[in-house]
Amino acid sequence: MSALRESLGFLASRLRQVGIFVALILIVLLFQILTDGILLQPQNVTNLVVQNSYILILAIGMVMVIIAGHIDLSVGSVAGFIGACAGVMIVHWGWDWWLAIPACLLVGALVGAWQGYWIAYVGIPAFIVTLAGMLIFRGLTLIVLKNQQITPFPGELRALGGGFLPDISGGTSVLEWLTVILGVGATLALVIQAVKERRIRKKFELENEPMAWFATKTAFIALLMLTITFLLASYRGTPIVLIVLAVLVIVYTALMNNSVFGRHTYALGGNLHAAELSGIKTKAVTFRLFVNMGVLAALAGLVFTARLNSAQPAGGTGFELDAIAAAFIGGAAVTGGIGTVAGAMIGGLIMGVLNNGMSILGLGTDYQQLIKGLVLLLAVGFDIFNKNRSGKGGGASIIQRLKLKTPPAADADAGRPAEERPVPVPAGN
Amino acid sequence: MNTPILQMRGITKTFPGVKALQDVTLQVNRGEVHAICGENGAGKSTLMKVLSGVYPHSSFDGDILFENEPCNFSSISDSEKRGIVIIHQELALSPYLSIAENIYLGNEQAKRGWVDWRKTNLEAAKLLARVGLSENPVTPVQHISVGKQQLVEIAKALSKEVKLLILDEPTAALNDEDSSHLLDLILHLKGQGVTSIIISHKLNEIRKVADAVTVIRDGKTIETLRLGDGEITQERIIRAMVGRDLESLYPDREPRIGEEVLRIEDWSVRHPQDYSRMVVNNASLNVRKGEVVGLAGLMGAGRTELAMSVFGRSYGTATSGKVFKHGTEINTSTVSEAIKHGIAYATEDRKLYGLNLIEDVKRNVSMAALRKLVKGGWVDKNQETVVANDYRKSMNIKAPSVAAITGKLSGGNQQKVVLSKWMFSDPDVLILDEPTRGIDVGAKFEIYTIIAKLAAEGKAVIVISSELPELLGICDRIYALSAGHITGEVPIAEASQETLMHYMTKEKE
Repeated sequence: MSALRESLGFLASRLRQVGIFVALILIVLLFQILTDGILLQPQNVTNLVVQNSYILILAIGMVMVIIAGHIDLSVGSVAGFIGACAGVMIVHWGWDWWLAIPACLLVGALVGAWQGYWIAYVGIPAFIVTLAGMLIFRGLTLIVLKNQQITPFPGELRALGGGFLPDISGGTSVLEWLTVILGVGATLALVIQAVKERRIRKKFELENEPMAWFATKTAFIALLMLTITFLLASYRGTPIVLIVLAVLVIVYTALMNNSVFGRHTYALGGNLHAAELSGIKTKAVTFRLFVNMGVLAALAGLVFTARLNSAQPAGGTGFELDAIAAAFIGGAAVTGGIGTVAGAMIGGLIMGVLNNGMSILGLGTDYQQLIKGLVLLLAVGFDIFNKNRSGKGGGASIIQRLKLKTPPAADADAGRPAEERPVPVPAGN
Repeated sequence: MNTPILQMRGITKTFPGVKALQDVTLQVNRGEVHAICGENGAGKSTLMKVLSGVYPHSSFDGDILFENEPCNFSSISDSEKRGIVIIHQELALSPYLSIAENIYLGNEQAKRGWVDWRKTNLEAAKLLARVGLSENPVTPVQHISVGKQQLVEIAKALSKEVKLLILDEPTAALNDEDSSHLLDLILHLKGQGVTSIIISHKLNEIRKVADAVTVIRDGKTIETLRLGDGEITQERIIRAMVGRDLESLYPDREPRIGEEVLRIEDWSVRHPQDYSRMVVNNASLNVRKGEVVGLAGLMGAGRTELAMSVFGRSYGTATSGKVFKHGTEINTSTVSEAIKHGIAYATEDRKLYGLNLIEDVKRNVSMAALRKLVKGGWVDKNQETVVANDYRKSMNIKAPSVAAITGKLSGGNQQKVVLSKWMFSDPDVLILDEPTRGIDVGAKFEIYTIIAKLAAEGKAVIVISSELPELLGICDRIYALSAGHITGEVPIAEASQETLMHYMTKEKE
């Protein structure tokens, strides 16, 4: 009984994390039913992954920018601009892909450096600089493309958008074995890593999640990954862009958690003054964040262009909004300092499933936009509501409102204002 | 003449865990200038907030009689209706609006919902003449000096038919000329029948304008001195301000003082906005190995500004001065340079400037010296946890674990996190700004113990504090600051609250 109570108390404190998982499951189930099972058909799942890949790539950079307390409205235009650059380099100038791709990423870095300079060193709010960037780079896209699309691209680049890893069974098997190996391997690695981290937390007696929750969460994620593996394997295998995305997620999660740069990013979003007075070079960190965003926007632009097999004047329009929504739905705080790459990915998937599901249902863009807007508002509204509640009463209030009795755990004491707590007796050390 | 306009009786105001005011009595006579004195944190501002309705009637005990009628204010607008107007230390003017607009803010001169600009500006001009300010009423407030802004505040109060004007540290942010003009104005208004209460640290000002002084100490009324009758000297007021019984204890320590570690020479700092104001003026001081040096000064004396300016130019514009460490001049022009040279500054406002409250304890501890934890390009999080756990034990930080969110800890424990952060950066000089502000007695003792331990380890410690007994209890030597000048340097053997207060209220030569 007390274990159950403890678990409920823990869930209450992690309402946001639990909530986003539940929301993703509910949305998937809802559309699975509404679309008569089309949503989770192997071909559609593959489409889902490929269609959303560039938004997810943008969301990685975006959540980092948001964690630092900024925003980037220009990423859609930058992605479009890089698509245009790629068109000129590859189609007009006849550059090889191995030269054009690094060149495009470099242009993205320069774009990011340009915006980062104004934001970090001149001190213009990111909202303004990137709003200007949104116009500037859309304009440059039109200039570079002379208002006409560039097409077609050679196969090597197109593979980045729509290609798959080779089929090692030579097309004889129902399942793509390479995908199965990769998927099962990744799942195992993830589970081992989770168990390892839990052990370390236990060793250092850090606040820990109850075993039941840990097991459920890990099993759920493993199951999710295996399901996706199975679905991908029974269609055409692993999209190349999924590998790119997986590498990015792993690298950037490590970067945000374990590198000095990532930790400084959280520090300056959490309290800029404290970060400055701790000797963190806040301007340099901000500058680098925008350079990084530029590179990721360039990559997203390349993937998008490759997938469409054309560089278009309007390419990338509105991407920034999806990327920003993904970060916020994924739990990033509007005030900065909070957010994770993994959260942004789940936020992006929620947006992606909504897009895809509603398209299958044949809903017009009018209703699609309406519903996506409401989902974003509700997600952030829920966050703020939750935060206000927990600020007043120790985190468990929503559960209490649902008449579930949670015990006044150790956490509840920590939530009380300092003044109400018993005065500690000085230890004579 | 001696009829009371205001009587406050038995005022007790409790914040969770703290009695801010205890049975305070205040009587102000009609047509007088009544000063309220007391150390920082004695309860003066709280008392004025009680009077002006910032704290509604239901939130404190005691009675307020204004013009012989009881007052049950529930907000500032209630007290303003009765003619009680408070002017806060931080001016509450909107910088982009004109003088006239500010004067009538919330009280617009309007006809059927439309602002009557002619009347607004005409009436404002009359009020400006009354306070002796020759400025065009349409001038935006940001274009006039702080001293003139103070006069606009008073004009605003006059527009509300003020009977009792409360000024909280009115001259703290003013230069000498503006201060004396303001004081003249207070006397002038007294002639017109306006009663004033002024809260001030500057005893010479009080002696110049006030008819009576009420001294508050530790949330209690000590006495009311009538300046008219008899010889009330500054020393007499000082004694009333500081003469408390020492309740808190300080850990014993045997100072073992070594060679000079840090020397600051001729340090001057200008105000970041008001460039004509020198916030710190040719300050020189030094601190030696194993020594605890105090910086005493009243509000606005420039203690924090001096410390933050030396620590990476975090405040204002430094115009002159050199910093020497072990005899060689060092560059402290950025915070990271200062940290590299072994200087640490723990801020007086830990929530605003010291901690990332939404992060956990271990990440706050490692914030200033994260690079020390890097192995092979990545932060070694296990090592970080080990380090944070060590500090949690040695500093006795009461938190469920080092993964606890810092914002949920008590003030004393948050302060220990700040100290841990700076200890981990392994400095030679620690500047601690109000290290015990807002924390309870038990935790204070622990902080004093930590300071003693740091000195014993050979660190040079500078403590900035508004609590004189605290400085006397833990320091080896104390500098007093007044209006940006170092007005005295007192070895602990010769220091007393009276001597320090004497230097702290001393005018520059």
